Order: sequence, then structure tokens, then C-alpha cells
Amino acid sequence: MGKSRRDFIKISALGAAGIFAGSKFIMAHNHKVIPENLKGPWAMPQDLMRTPTYCEVCFWKCAGWTYKNDEGQIQKIIGHDDDPNSNGRFCPRGTGGVGMYYDEDRLKTPLIRVKGADGKQTFKKASWDEAFDFIQDKLEKVIKTHGPECLALFTHGSGGTYFGNLLKALGSQNITAPSYAQCRGPREVGFIATFGDGLSSPEPTDIRDTRCMVLIGSHIGENMHNGHVQEMSDAIDKGATIITVDPRFSTAASKSKFWLPIKPSTDLALLMAWMHVLIYEERYDKKYVEQYTFGFEQLKAHVKHMTPEWAYGITTIKPQVIRETAREMSYASPATIIHPGRHVTWYGDDTQRLRAVAILNALLGSWGRRGGFYIPDKAKVPGVPHPPYPKPRKTWRDAMGGKYELADLALANGVCDATVPSATMDCNIKAWIVNGTNLIETLPNRPNTLAAINALDLMVVVDTMPMEITGYADVVLPECTYLERYDSLRITQHREPTISLRMPAMKPKYDSKPAWWMAKNLAERLGKGDYFPFDSIEEELDFQLKKVGTSLEEMQRIGVKKMERAYDDLYYKDGEEVEFNTNTGKIELYSTSLEEYGFDPMPKFTAHPEPPAGYYRLIYGRAPMHTFSRTANNPNLTDLMDENTVWVNPKVAKEWGLENNQEVYLQNQDNVVSTFPIKVRVTERIRWDSVYMVHGFGHANKKLSRAFGRGASDTEMITNVMTDPIMGGTGMRGNFVTFRFNKA
Amino acid sequence: MRYAMAVDTKKCVGCSDCVVACQTENDVPIGYCRDWIVEVTDGTYPQLELEHRSERCNHCENSPCVRCCPTGASHYSDGGTVMVTKNKCIGCGACIASCPYDARYTHPKGYVDKCTFCIHRVKKGQQPACVAVCPTKCMYFGDLDDPNSEVSKVIKKRKYKTLIPEAGTKPQLYFLI
Repeated sequence: MGKSRRDFIKISALGAAGIFAGSKFIMAHNHKVIPENLKGPWAMPQDLMRTPTYCEVCFWKCAGWTYKNDEGQIQKIIGHDDDPNSNGRFCPRGTGGVGMYYDEDRLKTPLIRVKGADGKQTFKKASWDEAFDFIQDKLEKVIKTHGPECLALFTHGSGGTYFGNLLKALGSQNITAPSYAQCRGPREVGFIATFGDGLSSPEPTDIRDTRCMVLIGSHIGENMHNGHVQEMSDAIDKGATIITVDPRFSTAASKSKFWLPIKPSTDLALLMAWMHVLIYEERYDKKYVEQYTFGFEQLKAHVKHMTPEWAYGITTIKPQVIRETAREMSYASPATIIHPGRHVTWYGDDTQRLRAVAILNALLGSWGRRGGFYIPDKAKVPGVPHPPYPKPRKTWRDAMGGKYELADLALANGVCDATVPSATMDCNIKAWIVNGTNLIETLPNRPNTLAAINALDLMVVVDTMPMEITGYADVVLPECTYLERYDSLRITQHREPTISLRMPAMKPKYDSKPAWWMAKNLAERLGKGDYFPFDSIEEELDFQLKKVGTSLEEMQRIGVKKMERAYDDLYYKDGEEVEFNTNTGKIELYSTSLEEYGFDPMPKFTAHPEPPAGYYRLIYGRAPMHTFSRTANNPNLTDLMDENTVWVNPKVAKEWGLENNQEVYLQNQDNVVSTFPIKVRVTERIRWDSVYMVHGFGHANKKLSRAFGRGASDTEMITNVMTDPIMGGTGMRGNFVTFRFNKA
Repeated sequence: MRYAMAVDTKKCVGCSDCVVACQTENDVPIGYCRDWIVEVTDGTYPQLELEHRSERCNHCENSPCVRCCPTGASHYSDGGTVMVTKNKCIGCGACIASCPYDARYTHPKGYVDKCTFCIHRVKKGQQPACVAVCPTKCMYFGDLDDPNSEVSKVIKKRKYKTLIPEAGTKPQLYFLI
């Protein structure tokens, strides 16, 4: 990074020697910063001991109550009994969410990158006015020189709504979240291609009433997808069969009747063999398949030779086990779930693997059936009125040369690629706003991310913590935590539609501010105030709530409100006519839309590269007490787990002479060596051809005092990306690591 | 009345929610805990077993900690719970040494602290914080003398074990297996 325009800055206050590069802009504007809290009917009820919120520690967004102690300080957060996502029980991260508020390493003031006389780049503390002046000036220049289409937003969290509104108002559609192309995107596309509908969140898996659930690498219980963890526990109580496919003996595997310790990267062969058994043993749901599906005969011919014996050679799962598990699924059907999982960007053929998952569910007749997938519903709440958005002349898609047209949302890696200057792509993205997502630890192929960042004219980072991404920003805006702000209503799908309110329990600490207020201020300055028609978010919320028969005042008291379902049944009625949103109006076992775009209409197994001698496939996953890299410094959660370890099979450990707690460096196939060492955990729970580590550790910013240098970063090791040709997802499980005993 | 707790190891996923919920409920300082998770792996790949247990004070009927406390700070209380009276505790640590379950720690304020079965909540008709928060609902709390309590019913129905029974402490924390 020696020559880079943008050196990584460890968030720090600047000494007096620094020159404030932004100062010349301050004179240019006369805007007053909009006051943050209105006095009046919705003044914050500081006296309340209990205020409603919904959690921001992960995407599940459980609704709960923030409780204060006698000193008026936040003491605990407890789930809301009426909330279908949590049923009154928060997970460890939600319970430990108090640590986000108390973390003394939080971002405290706006910061602006400046260059000292010695050429050293540092951050200077700034007022909000100075920070907004700086951003306004840079954005106006970028828009004038390159057009508004060259702005992009990366977001994960509530602030995305407001900054998204700002970007669309300015004329850009480059709004993206790594939760799509680095996570669940292939699943959505695979299910849309099959059923005409994606899964969204929380996934409408009817786990509560299932009699058989199949997990393909999904580690419910280690991923704390709260409602799913709860319902799996209920299902276990009721004697449901759990079948887990995983090269690692996961927690879920330990609760399962069948654990299939599959050879990594071969899941698709197993799924195809299961189809073969269901079809050729005539164990599929004949009536359902006949009434609702398209392409059964083609599928039958397609899987004819994909026998369990064929799959055995590929997957190492014995033919009788494949048959036995397929029969279990069939006995329980339609109350059988082949769980779609969530993080599914593994090998680049992920849309096809998820197609296979969808097809299996269709053969078992579980889509729209009790114990399979229920029909979710979502409250209809009118949006905030605003003028029509201008139509951008181009978007990130134009830089893709016609690829990934089936992606139903923007690709974070696509926007990143569209930022890197290239001779072959029509690139033009010049400014990023990054809200609540640590792209350094989120996007694979870090050198590419850094190249894109280096090509920017402006990067604004909005976060609560000094995550690594803040070190590359031109301006850092400190957001207050979810316990200190209002946000848009939570309107998520479930069996029963609900709306939930988040309101502040405390005033923002330090000089942090809510994202709504930041976006509104920037919109006013950039002449787009019309798109934020209300003076405060309280007014905006009250306007929306009154349209659905409640009010901000009522929601402050009740937190969660249940609404009426539009479609009265959770499941299809027996023999009900259903029109699916596909070309044929049927569930497409044979996908006409994939065929139209030149892709295989039915999934095919292809072999993926295997680790060379002395290397092990890097598998990563979640720990129940952490969310990605964002909780790694939370005092309550680091108390539960403060570093990751690399799981090594005892045979491998013996070969290398590795012992428990010994520190090693990891080196991948591209000779990238981990910045920090990681402790070895010798365990039978991992296959000999793989190693496993929990994602989100190995932080490199010293300002994260509890997280710095604790464990290693899996993302750093992921430099080989296997891109899904259908929707552009970044397959990340094709990286192989070996051990080094010293760094040099 | 005999308060007891049962933990279903078939459902516990070892997420530590009970630990953090106890800390925030009872103002346990960060770095200390009144309950904790134990994970035990057994076997060789791929013939494996894994057990998760949420552990805490066993509120023993025959408690070595009560017996050895020189000041009477450690004592039996409502429903057979074992409690520590803070202002009688001199922090000598005899109870910590005597506990076979390592369930006690010295609070930075100088007294010995441990699980109380959240008796302040129980008296209000609530469940202990760990039981109330558990996403897998793997914990059952109640009165063993009441045959209709959840904990009585589940112990009657399921196979269970206690920890270190050979210590003769008559522990009241049951693990369903």
C-alpha cells in the first residue's frame, strides 16, 4: 500500500501538526445542521424503564424490550412475547447487545482524512457540519464530473433504507448488500427459478411442524437464526428426524438421527442421487408433482444414471445410507424440509445446487404444505411519500457485459468490480457510502476490494465501531447504536404479519448520530430534501403508523403489533389451483428461464478442485455468540468467545506435530499468509481433508482493543473466488490452506 | 419445597445465551460467570457423540460449601437453595475449594458469588433468567416436591444423570440424556 492514495488509518485523533484539508470547503456552505430531536409529543420518554426495540446485532431483527436499572442505565434486553422471530427469547448476541452500547472503543466523532506536512495520512476529528461540508463538496464534484450513476451504497442494516433513498433521489441504483452475492443470493435465484418465489427472511420453513428436516451444511444452533433454532428444538422434542450433511460434526449433526460426513464440494451429487431414489422407487408425491410441476419426465430421464452407487464414488456416502435417508424424507413428506440454508456461496455452481434443493422439496410436495414451507405474509404499510426517482442512465450491471442478468439484487462484488478501473469494462463508480458493513472482512479477494477503494474519489463510512473499513475512508460518520435511535418499522414476513418499533432507550453517547438524520442532512444539502418530507423520523413513523390504524404513541407502549393475514391459509388447500410465477405457471423441475439464458435447465454435478498434498480445504462458519466480524469487540460477547481456532483432525495434527492451543499461521494456495497466528484445536469433529474456523476474527485495527489480533481472518485466506455464472455469487469454499510455524 | 433444575442435553446447542442472560440479569461483572457451557466430544470420526451442558451451582442437598463456611454466610434458604449472605462473607475461599463443581467465584467486591436460581425472579413467579431466555427451551426449573411441576414431570419421563454423584452432595441439577 506504499504508493496508495489511501493508506489504512488506524482511527485516531490527530495531533496539532495536521492540516485540515477540508477546511477550505467550510466557508462554501451556509447550511445549518438539522436538529436531531424534536421537542413535543414524541420527546424521548427518559423515565420509561422499558422501551421497545428490535435487535440490530444480526439480520433476524428480533423484537424485544430494553430495560434500565435504577440508575437509568441500560441493564438488559429481553425478547418480546408477541414477536414471531424471537417468541420472547433473545439469542446470546441479542442478549449481549447491551455491549454494543457500552463498548468504549466506539466511534465517537466524525473524522476526516487529512495529510500532514510529512505526507502522513491521519484522521482529524470534525464537527458534523465540517463532515457534511466535506461530503457535499466531494459528492457534487463527482456527480458533476461523472454523473450520479457513479455513486454506490454498500449496506447491511437499518441505515440502508435512508442512504438508499438518498442515492435513488440523486439518480443511482447501485445499492447493494454483501448479504446477497456473498451469502443467500444463489438460494433466492434457485428457488425463484423453481417456484417463482424466493425465500427472503426469515425463511418460511415450517420447522415447528416438520417430521423430517435435512440440513445441507447449514449449522442451525451455531448460526443462531433465532426462530429456526427454537423450532428445531421443538421438532426434536416432537421426535422429528434430522438429517445433517456436513464434513464437520456440527452441533446440528450431533442432534441428528443421520449425519452424513460428506466429502466437501460434492453435495450436488448427493442431492441428485436422492432425486433418483425418490423417482425410481416411486417415493415422490405423485399427486402434487402431477398437479403442480413442469418437466417431471425430463427430470426422470436426467437422473436415471445418477444412482446412489454413482454418488458413493463422489461423496463417500454409502449407497444404503443415501437410500435410507431418501426413504425417511419420503415417509415424512410432505412434512419434510430440505432446508435451503442461508450462506450458500460455496463452489460457484451454487444456484444449481440450490435448484436441486428446491426440486427435492417439490418432489416431496413440501412447498406450501404443513411441516414443509408455509406461505408467509407481511404487513402492508404505506411507504414515505416522495417525488419519483430519476431513472439512472446506467447501473453497475452495464459494467458486467451482459453477465449475471438473473441476479435479482445488486452484487456487492459487481459494484466493487465496476469500481476497479478496467480496459474491458465500462466502469465509472467513483464514490461509495458504506453503511454498517465491514467490506474488508466481508468481500472475498481482498486485493480486489482494496484496488476498488483506491480508485475512489470519495468513500464515506457509517458505522458504530472502528471496523477495518473505516481505516480506508475519507470521512467516517459515527452512528449511534440501535439502543439510542429510532429506525424504520420492522416489517418482516412470518406466519403472522407484525410490525415492530425500535425507539431509543438512551440518548446517543459521544457525538454519534442516527443514520436517518445523516441521510436527511445530506439530502437537504444536495437539493433532495423533498425525498425526506418529514422533519423528524418520529413524524415519519407516526405518519406511517396512523395509516395502519395505530400510532407512534401506541407502538411506544406495545412494541409489536400483530396484523391480519391477507391470505387466510398457511398452506395450500388440498388440490387447490395454484399459479406459480414461472414461465409455465408451474413449479419448474425443468427450468425454462435458465434454459432461455443458456444455462443447464436441470442441475448437473461437476467436480471441483481438491486440495493439493499438505493443504486442507478451508471451511468457515458461525459461532452462536457472534455475528460475522461486527461483534468481535463487544465486551459481553468477547467474554463468551474472544478468538477463533483452527479445527484440525487428530490424524492431520499428528502428521504436522500440532498440539491443542499451539499457534500457527495459515497460508493459502496463493501464498497469502495470515496476518495473525491462530490457535489449533485438535478435534475429531472435522474431516481430515479440511480445516474449519469461525468467521469474523483476526481484526487488524488496533482501535478494536478486545478484537485486535485475536485469532485469524478466514476472509484474508479467501483469494480464490469461484463465481456463479448464473447470478454472480462469489463461491468461497475453493480455498486451501496449510500450516506455517512462523510468519516469515 | 425443593427447587431443582433439569437441562436437556439433547436440545442444548451450547450457545451461551444462559451465560450472558445471567450476567445482565444479576449484574455479574464481565470476566466472571455464574453459569457456563461444557462441551464433551466422544468417539472417532465419523462415529461421534457430542454433549452440551449448561452448568451452574447444583444447590446440593448436602453442600460442602455450607458445611465448611466459617461465618455462616453460605446457608440453605427457600426451597433448599444454597445462598451466600454477602455481608457475612469474608472471602476466605473455603467454599470455593470445597465445591466439586467449581461453581463459585470471588466477586471483585470481595464476597463469594454464585447462582441463586434467580430467586428474586422466582419469588415474582418468573423463571430464572437462563431458563427464560434459552432459545432451545432446554431448561426446566421448579419444585421437585410438586409432582405437577415441569421439572418433576420431565425427570419422571426422561433418563437423566447428575454430575459427580460420588461426591455425595445430592446435587439438584439434573441432565436429561
